[in-house]
Parts: sequence; C-alpha cells; structure tokens
Amino acid sequence: MTDLTALSLIAALDGLAKKTFSSEELTNAFLDAIDKANPHLNAYVVVTHDKARAMAKASDARRAKKGAALGALEGAPLGIKDLFCTEGVRTTACSNILGEFTPTYESSVTANLWREGAVMLGKLNMDEFAMGSSNETSRFGPVANPWRRGKDNSNLTPGGSSGGSAAATAANLCLAATATDTGGSIRQPAAFTGTVGIKPTYGRCSRWGIVAFASSLDQAGPIAKTVEDAALMLRSMCGHDPKDSTSLPLAVPDFVKACGRSVKGLTIGVPEEYRVDGMPGEIDALWAQGVAWLQAAGAKIKSISLPHTKYALPCYYIIAPAEASSNLARYDGMRYGARVSGKDLLSSYEATRASGFGAEVQRRVLIGTYVLSAGYYDAYYLRAQKVRTRIAEDFRTAFADVDAILTPATPSAAFAIGERGDDPVQMYLNDIFTVTANLAGLPGISVPAALDSRGLPLGLQVIGRALDEETVFAVAAALEKAAGFNAKPDAWWR
Amino acid sequence: MAIDETTVRKVARLARIALPEARVPAMAKEISGILSWIEQLNEVDVEGVEPMTSAVEGAALPMRQDVVTDGDNPQRVLANAPKAEDGFFVVPKVVE
Repeated sequence: MTDLTALSLIAALDGLAKKTFSSEELTNAFLDAIDKANPHLNAYVVVTHDKARAMAKASDARRAKKGAALGALEGAPLGIKDLFCTEGVRTTACSNILGEFTPTYESSVTANLWREGAVMLGKLNMDEFAMGSSNETSRFGPVANPWRRGKDNSNLTPGGSSGGSAAATAANLCLAATATDTGGSIRQPAAFTGTVGIKPTYGRCSRWGIVAFASSLDQAGPIAKTVEDAALMLRSMCGHDPKDSTSLPLAVPDFVKACGRSVKGLTIGVPEEYRVDGMPGEIDALWAQGVAWLQAAGAKIKSISLPHTKYALPCYYIIAPAEASSNLARYDGMRYGARVSGKDLLSSYEATRASGFGAEVQRRVLIGTYVLSAGYYDAYYLRAQKVRTRIAEDFRTAFADVDAILTPATPSAAFAIGERGDDPVQMYLNDIFTVTANLAGLPGISVPAALDSRGLPLGLQVIGRALDEETVFAVAAALEKAAGFNAKPDAWWR
Repeated sequence: MAIDETTVRKVARLARIALPEARVPAMAKEISGILSWIEQLNEVDVEGVEPMTSAVEGAALPMRQDVVTDGDNPQRVLANAPKAEDGFFVVPKVVE
C-alpha cells in the first residue's frame, strides 16, 4: 500500500470518500510515523493516541451510516499548535508558567475543525507564548527542521513560532496543522519548511480559546502541504464567533473554489521597499522569477511604494510587547499554572513569573511594561500606534491600483539551531516581510517556490486586500502551479 | 534611549517578575539595544495622524445582552487551581 501519510489533505479526503482506506487506518499510519519521528524532530509535545483513534472510529462510523451528515474534513488527522486550548488535553503555549494546565473548554477554531469531522493527533511545539522565530524558546526544546543543508547533518530551525506545525506538516506527521501568526509565525516557518501557510484577514478566525499574545495582531490560520489544502483548512477554521468581539460577522467564501480562478487581468504590485540590504541574491532572483511567472499567467505587474515598510518592525516591537505585557499579567500562579510560593503575595507573584517565563518572554514583558509606563506612553506606545496608521495607509494607497502584492516570504532560508542566539534584534529581522500584514490586518500567504543552492526551500508571499483571501489564493495557486515545487526532505528521521 | 539599571529594577517590579541582581546589567543592556533600534520611529512624521487602535476597520464593538450565559460550575473553574479547598481558590494571605 502507498504511504498514506504522504497524501495531501484533499487527496486523503478523496481516499476516505472512496473508502480506499478508513480514517482509522489513516490515523494509525500517522501515529506510527509520529512515534518514529518525534524523538528526532520534537514537533509534537503531546500525542493523543487514544483520542485520535476514538475520533477516527467515530468518523468511520459516520461514513458507514447511510444519510449521516459528513463534515468538510471528515476523518482527516490534524496537528494542533499548543496555543489552542483543547478540552482535556494539556495546553501550555510551551511555557513553564502554565504547568500542566488542562483546559475544561475547547477553542472556537479547533471546535470548528472537530465539527467538520477532523481527528486530533496531538499538540504541536512552538516558541513560548508564540514569541520567537526559531522555536528555540519552547519549554520543550527546539524543533528540528525536516530539511537539512545538503549532506550537512546539523539540525536547522523550522522557524517560528509555529515551528512544530510547519515541521509536522513537512515531515508527513499530519495532513495539515493549525498555527497562529502575530508577526509572521505562520508564514516564516512555512517558508522554512517548503509548506504553505496563510494568515487570514484579522477577525476571520475567532481568537477565543487561543492563548493571547498580542490581541490586535494575533490571527489563526493553517499550515498545509498545498495551496488548496490550506484553502480547505482555512474555510473550516473561519467563521463568526460571538465569544470574540473582534470576530467578523461575515459569511466565509469558498476558498478552494478561489484557487481555480485565473490571475489573467489582475494587477500585482511589487514593493520597492522590500528589496532590503544584505538579502541573498537567490531570494531576489526568486522574487523576479515569481513576477515572471505571474506575468506569463496573464497578470499585469506594477511597481509600488510602501514607504513606511522599514518602520514596521520597530513599530511591532512596541505594540506587541505592550499588548503581551498586559495579556500575560494574568499569569499569577493563583488560579491555574505553576505556583512558586514566596514569603507573601507579592513575592509569590514575582517568584512564579520569574521561574515560569523564559528569557525572551521576560524581556518582552519588561519592554511592554516600560513603554506603557507613566511618562513613556506617548513617546513609545502612542507614537507606534500612529506609525501603524501610516503603515495601514501605505497599503490602502497601494491597493487602489493593485489587486495583490508579491514579496519574498523571508530574508533568508532556514538557519541552524543556535546560530542567531545573541542579538534579539537579529532574530526579530526574520519577520521583516511578514509583520506589515499583521499591523495592517491584511491576509498574507507563503508559498514554497524553489530550493536554494544548499537545497533549502524558499517561499514567496502574496498579500491581499482586507477580506480578499480569494484573490490571495488565486495568485498563490498560480505561483504554485508555475513553480511546480514538489521537492521533499530526505526522511532522515525514520 | 538607554535604560539604566535602576529603571530595569523598577520595571521588573511593576511587571511582578523577580529579577536576580546578577541579571540586571545584562537585561539593561538587552533592552537598551532594542529601544535604540526602536528610536528610528522618531523619523516618521505623525503630525495629525490618528493612532490605530483596532485592526478591524470601522467596526464598532458589538453590544450584547447583559445576561448570564455561562457559569455555575465551580469544579470546572477550579480544575487547574494550584491549591483549592471547599470550592474556593487557596491563595497566600493578602490582609495581615
């Protein structure tokens, strides 16, 4: 029998529909693959063997019953980022401060997936509280990227913060995975692992039950093997939820159908400001190749200007830590999580938070506290919010003339674990091309498009108008088709 | 702008994070490095620009009925408590 774990989500659903295999067989194939690979890749932090088998059996029973309603993801085994609360399954955001926290409720996004018949394989590794670009800040240790530099056996990072989601998808340890993106945490790991990742428009996915990092920037989205798989996943994840006041009360379009739209006649913007110093020539060349592919598919290309691009990352590193310091104030060790007792209440708080938060989280909470503190609020936080308006205006101006924007997804290919440890700002620069879409609330997708000279995947990013994921998917599908990217990493972890 | 060690101690106190004295100089250096990188925002002309407070354009926060929609389940609320007794959280003494 063929390797079931190598199927795309859509191909697997087709096999399930045709009864070529059952969800139980498919699920067991994934569980076996995870058990073999996880000691090497560290992509999963919890594997829910029993729950997965029970959900798969229930799905098979629904399929066997004549006339039973079937979901859009009926029987499909998925991985869930550890930022999503899952009822009865430990959820820690990969932080020590959450201890053995086991939610008594289910996040809205994952509840949507189970409603559509999907099967949960387990919880995926990530940077602590989604703060990181390399998965190195996880309490459970880093994830290894399935991809390596040619014959070099050293482990690379899969990017972050959704590194477990990206690595598991790339290594066939799930059909697709949930992820979240605050500054690039879906798109950068997707680019580093040869997978597809989309962050939808802010408000498309409910944030209810997702551990909060920076609430005005956080959005959930999928990491998948193909553009169509990502479209199918996203459609199931989205939808209005009264429990999140920023969730949009809008119908969810048929994103899969949009993948089949022609790009003929569309105008694609190419922003000059994304040509940054020190960017490898290969990435510049891939970008030019992407332009040529879209032109060949009938799109018009227009050079555009997004003048405030260089201010996006510094702006983000005020807004995100400010919101994080406020959101993370809830971790006091009193109602849940790991408590460290001190001599009185205040010292208990301080000891709990000092031992529970890792170095990067502490750094960001302190920066956030500082920029919100009396005397500095106007100079830092208020100014950053105004710069954010400028960044959003840049896009509004550009989208008067173009239908979508094409950029590289990341300024480099995957780097080695420990390679960028010393200077936090160097690590932050990973998100230089992705963070703008978060600040402006726009949809952005990363599509694998080529391998670099060392055999590592590189991605292109498509950014769209607010609520126009359909055009984003159409352009992404055109890029995918033109690129014909079908490289897979050597399965060294088996 | 560089931030000094006294400010780092004060901010750590405000954030309720015990910062060992030995970590203070390094933390001051790291945060100063990040803040000096952020300084470039001062180049942007923000005269008369409204601050962006929401990523959802033009949407007012929805109102809902002021009614109880959930609750009455202390077991679930206390399920993850580090310490609980008789349906209550047990916390360090707050009032002497």
